[in-house]
Amino acid sequence: MILNKEEQKVYKKEIKDVAPKTKHISTLLRAFFTGGTICCIGQGVNQVLGILLPSLTEEDRGGYTTLLMIFFTGILTAFGVYDHIGNFGGAGSIIPITGFANSIVSQAMEHKREGIIFGICSNMFAIAGPVIVMGITASVVVGIVYLFL
Amino acid sequence: MKNQTVLFRSPVPVAETATIAGPKEKEGPLHAYFHYTLEDDLLKQDSHEHAEIRLHVGVLKQLLNRAKLSPQEIDCAFAGDLLDEIIGSNFAMRELDIPFFGIYNACATFGESLILGSCMIEGGFAERVTCSVTSHFATAERQYRYPLELGCQRTPLSQWTVTGAGATLLDKNATSKIKITSGTIGKVVDYGIKDANDMGCVMAPAALSTLRTHLQDTGRTVDYYDKIFTGDLGYSGSLLLQKKASETGIILHNHEDCGNLIYNRIAQNVESGGSGACCCGLVFNGYIYDQLQKGRLKKVLLMPTGALLSKTSSLQGESIPAICHAVSVEVIE
Repeated sequence: MILNKEEQKVYKKEIKDVAPKTKHISTLLRAFFTGGTICCIGQGVNQVLGILLPSLTEEDRGGYTTLLMIFFTGILTAFGVYDHIGNFGGAGSIIPITGFANSIVSQAMEHKREGIIFGICSNMFAIAGPVIVMGITASVVVGIVYLFL
Repeated sequence: MKNQTVLFRSPVPVAETATIAGPKEKEGPLHAYFHYTLEDDLLKQDSHEHAEIRLHVGVLKQLLNRAKLSPQEIDCAFAGDLLDEIIGSNFAMRELDIPFFGIYNACATFGESLILGSCMIEGGFAERVTCSVTSHFATAERQYRYPLELGCQRTPLSQWTVTGAGATLLDKNATSKIKITSGTIGKVVDYGIKDANDMGCVMAPAALSTLRTHLQDTGRTVDYYDKIFTGDLGYSGSLLLQKKASETGIILHNHEDCGNLIYNRIAQNVESGGSGACCCGLVFNGYIYDQLQKGRLKKVLLMPTGALLSKTSSLQGESIPAICHAVSVEVIE
């Protein structure tokens, strides 16, 4: 039995009445503080690098910081800590580079049993892939626009 | 058979049950009713799929041990799970010497197996039949949702897939007073919901449709049963079922949901409750069977509900159809 469109709309409204609501304010606050903390740690790593390796240019330091943040996330994901951070912080932990790293490492761990090539390699970017495609597409579009400006 | 309902002339005895519950179910309110509980959901295997296969083998062996039977004495086995191509059951059965039917109706598989098994016995084609289901949180997450270690938030409507295995032995010659008296075969119902996180509200209309048909076909009212157990509607799905039922004039005052019973919803952080093929499998074979044995419940209607989606179908924009089977289990002196 399939309902028609009108009846489907009525049913969706009925669901809204009984469904528990997302607690927007607490979710937003948690995301804000989690994201902020991750960025502060990144800034801290950047400054420590500046003290330890004074010969690095500012641009290089940025690159090294990103690498280190990805490395830390990989470790935290492997030890099963990052999913708790993500569950608490939501978008606050997904949007920084650490969320991107987590999506790749978690997929790789999940598909370890299917072997290196068909398991890890082919599934690693299943979640992160769209982000990379979007990034590359956007850069091409912006590049073409820039060419004509 | 009357309309959609099979009424068994000689009710089929439920001879024995067996359950294995996972670590999270062990922390839940029903832990005392499970026959065996696990410390670790990986069972020392190298993947969760292997662990689910071990669960299925384990629960059937436990059932045979409890009933003091050998695999050769079982005429056939109905088994199912949530894995792709039901490999959990198929691979478990290669270790057991039992003729085997693999079945799939998502989370309503257990109801389907009870009805099919009872029909085999009532029809005189078999004497002893096992009905078993398994589900595993980690394998279901991987198949339908995201990797385990991905840091994402669960929506308030999402449900937690039960880790565990449940098996029932139906035996024509058993002395058990607990008997299956009728079974209503559900129809697929689609209310056009596309949110794969909202299983309870997808399945509630299917449950209502089967419940109404069952009451019509048997000429019973809701009051005939001590308790009506739905499979895994969860918190919001149960509310919706009760609301929709009261609109059609059925007051579900004795309704319970296995998904609500199996976890402590707030303390265990499971959002809307439990789900999965084994949700009603664990609750029926553990809790309900125990209550029937002790005489605290006499007449029970078990209604496992299933959402029939796959990852491909939801990605291709299909809505989610649902099904519900109803089995009435009664204590007959």
